Amino acid sequence: MYLARVIGRVVATTRSPGLEGVPLQWIQPLDERGEGMGDTLVAAAAISSGPGDLVHFVDGREGALACPEPFVPVDAAILGFVEEAAVGAKDLADLEHRPAEEGDSTAAREERSHRPRRG
Amino acid sequence: MFLADVIGTVVSSVQIPLLDGEKLLLLRPVAPDGKAVGKTRIGIDRAQAGVGDRVIVIDEGNSARQILDAPNGAVKTIVVGIVDYVERDGEYIYDHREGTSVSLETPRKKVGA
Repeated sequence: MYLARVIGRVVATTRSPGLEGVPLQWIQPLDERGEGMGDTLVAAAAISSGPGDLVHFVDGREGALACPEPFVPVDAAILGFVEEAAVGAKDLADLEHRPAEEGDSTAAREERSHRPRRG
Repeated sequence: MFLADVIGTVVSSVQIPLLDGEKLLLLRPVAPDGKAVGKTRIGIDRAQAGVGDRVIVIDEGNSARQILDAPNGAVKTIVVGIVDYVERDGEYIYDHREGTSVSLETPRKKVGA
């Protein structure tokens, strides 16, 4: 299992049978500093996560086991929200420690974290 | 199985029911000499480990499901033991019995890596 930040949603109307209704989300795995680790990927979501959320996910065959129908072509699944990820005195779940985007203000980041979810 | 340093804890209250009540640890895989190797990951604690321990980790689904007694569980990474010492060529290269604790310092990324 790895830490990740949800960075977007993926909508696919035509899917493999068994994947109907499974939300697909675009995630960026994170390291212990809260920085991006490796490539972004698309994961099936077992929880109602959305863009901006800090989550944990499992990769490999176990991803499919987190789906309502366990024999589906899925190799990554979001399993839960991360409320706290403490490394020493630092909490990666704190807004303060979220990696800032270029030209990003604290207000803009706060606005993003409270943005209402669609769907 | 591989060795990893426990560098933090992860708290999640909304998650798949199988993980309810399980302690999640942030793990940094290490070589026997303590050098960081591979990607930082999250593991389920089944060894009463804590921050500062060097532990043995299984990152494989069948073993994990067996340990959690969940034949269809979406689990993979489990902490199964706490390392007392690591011996190589007759020398202790890590010895927890002397009260040594793993480093929580994150190795800096190489520039351009």
